[in-house]
Amino acid sequence: MSEQGSDGTQVTGAQSLVRALECAGAENIFGIPGGAILPAYDPLFDSSIRHILVRHEQGAGHAAQGYAAATGRVGVCMATSGPGATNLVTPLADAHMDSVPMVAVTGQVGASMIGTDAFQEADIRGITMPITKHNFLVTDPAEIPRTVAEAFYLARTGRPGPVLVDVAKSALQAMTTFAWPTELNLPGYRPVTRPHSKQIREATRLVLEARRPVLYVGGGVIRARAAQELRRLAEATGIPVVTTLMARGAFPDSHPQHLGMPGMHGTVAAVAGLQKSDLIISLGARFDDRVTGNLDSFAPNAQVIHADIDPAEIGKNRHADVPIVGDCREVISDLVTALQAEADQGRQGDYEAWVGFLAGIKKSYPLAYDAPTDGSLAPQHVIERLGAISGPETVFTSGVGQHQMWAAHFIGYEHPNTWINSGGLGTMGFSVPAAMGAKVGRPDATVWSIDGDGCFQMTNQELATCAIEGIPIKVAVINNESLGMVRQWQTLFYNERYSSTDLHSKRIPDFVKLAEAYGCVGLACDSPDDVDGIIEKAMEIDDLPVVVDFRVHRDAMVWPMVAAGTSNDDIKYARDLAPEFEEDDL
Amino acid sequence: MSRHTLSVLVENKPGVLARIAGLFSRRGFNIHSLAVGPTEHPEISRMTIVVNVEDSPLEQVTKQLNKLVEVIKIVELDGPASITRELLLVKVKADAATRGQVLDAVQLFRAKVVDVAPDAVTIEITGNADKLADFLKVLEPFGVRELVQSGMVAVGRGSRSISERTLRPVAVPAPPSAI
Repeated sequence: MSEQGSDGTQVTGAQSLVRALECAGAENIFGIPGGAILPAYDPLFDSSIRHILVRHEQGAGHAAQGYAAATGRVGVCMATSGPGATNLVTPLADAHMDSVPMVAVTGQVGASMIGTDAFQEADIRGITMPITKHNFLVTDPAEIPRTVAEAFYLARTGRPGPVLVDVAKSALQAMTTFAWPTELNLPGYRPVTRPHSKQIREATRLVLEARRPVLYVGGGVIRARAAQELRRLAEATGIPVVTTLMARGAFPDSHPQHLGMPGMHGTVAAVAGLQKSDLIISLGARFDDRVTGNLDSFAPNAQVIHADIDPAEIGKNRHADVPIVGDCREVISDLVTALQAEADQGRQGDYEAWVGFLAGIKKSYPLAYDAPTDGSLAPQHVIERLGAISGPETVFTSGVGQHQMWAAHFIGYEHPNTWINSGGLGTMGFSVPAAMGAKVGRPDATVWSIDGDGCFQMTNQELATCAIEGIPIKVAVINNESLGMVRQWQTLFYNERYSSTDLHSKRIPDFVKLAEAYGCVGLACDSPDDVDGIIEKAMEIDDLPVVVDFRVHRDAMVWPMVAAGTSNDDIKYARDLAPEFEEDDL
Repeated sequence: MSRHTLSVLVENKPGVLARIAGLFSRRGFNIHSLAVGPTEHPEISRMTIVVNVEDSPLEQVTKQLNKLVEVIKIVELDGPASITRELLLVKVKADAATRGQVLDAVQLFRAKVVDVAPDAVTIEITGNADKLADFLKVLEPFGVRELVQSGMVAVGRGSRSISERTLRPVAVPAPPSAI
């Protein structure tokens, strides 16, 4: 079924759809069948594409995201009409926020039934308009191959994103001929990937004039596969680097120029690096509110070079002195070439005092945490050991909250595409299905899902999928028996009134038994002394999914922190402790 | 706030209007008027959207509009270099005593009576927004019973067309390799 082009034979719309997905390069589909999509599952039964039957469509969507983020290819998920499709809404919104290339195929009720409030009818195209890069409703079977080709092209080119293809059941059942298109007709879609040389020249001038520049690296660098180019740029200039939550791994954490993650829970050095800079070189980042804090007081003395493939991001939140529209890899390559040419003429930036100042901050205010005095387990310690023992080739996924911030800080990332999380939308429950997708995409890599006990209970049904389909992920539940980040805010801003954040998850459910019930290995750990041994035990199991219930101290908090809506100048590196900057040298 | 007129060429496909209207409301931009119709190319429709925004949000509006896959081209038409028209149908009270004065106004504004009843006339008038507003001011004392107004349509002056060179297909690329 993989030959291309039209042979004039009659096929069903469903056969055409499956053939189109094969031609588009789909190798795995995460999905659940149902009435409207049922015709497609018949030819899928014979296809070279592996279909992974998940337990909830949200799991299918996040798995497709995890697969895409780990491999750089388009992730594919499939669901039926109505509730099947609406269950994909969260993953689609998540992929839209984090620019994840993904195609969702949904069944729709028959064309003659559309608009009649038919059984399992939902206007999923209308519902997903604001949360997809683009979407289609196909009622004519002849349109299926072209639509699939366009969907994949849109998902992975330009600024990547999710594309939904809603296919009416009547189109799947009708007879048609199959022809894979050789041309796409998208007159309104022309992403600019080549940066303008004038802008590169202007950027080069600012870089040479600056005294306090910083490379502000976002997820675009990972999506553009530009980590090597970034390293060349950083090392050629000596400019300090910060990597956002979406860009962890784009630049090695072990590199001396790396200041860490900026933002609400950023390191003091990374926050200061942006805040006190005179030139922000933004590469595939979008000045998100979690990075800038109060915008009016963000990096008040900095000029901005803003490079992004999406022109709408440039100048959206912060004025750009030099806007550069283009693919990050090409932009960075061009900057390297231009700066090299300047260096050959003896012109280089002088950043010595600045680099020294930031090195001092990095040394004075390293990432740190207090071990609990009662001998119980520190969540940061667990995560630090997970990173150290499983090594930098491991792929980590996470949910959202305290464990996510600790995982962003304490693992130590050396490679792109090894840190997969829900950044923009902040979707609890992302971790387990994303790990499943990542493991399918990178079967030889160790994949650890770092999850919170709250997040884990939102999507852990996919453990069944992992056990049955032979997808041996490892899950570390950082169990502080509460909605930890919300609890932290209640501690800090709501007078320790813990309204509805106590989950009792050290009592109910029993995560070890739950894991075993799902056909996984279940382990538990209460004591700092057992952490290494249990992680090593989990590492030795490679034929079954493993769940480790790390029962940690519940009062641990994420530091540093810039309280919501306040200025980055007001960062605290521990409760009520503000860093002191000695800026006289600058 | 200042008023801007955007001419937007879009693919003539179902759902395009919903996409554009949704984008405006989602991003908090206010549409003052909107008119949609076919163009000289059967596969392209043209929208004229009048928005009330400052300059920097206007840039965001056009950038966000440009991101819509079915939006082909956006041109801002500024006042003197373009021709703008709206259509107004208005039903005015007019009996034997006042009909003459109403018809005088119609003639002065080069409007047209399209329907007559014993106690009212229905008038059609086209023009820019100022002319229509002035006309309504004159009619008001007689009693406006009903009025309906179209969105603005606009076109740039001179011989150039904004819809040239817009339809060009691209080749289907091979799927990318994994990392």
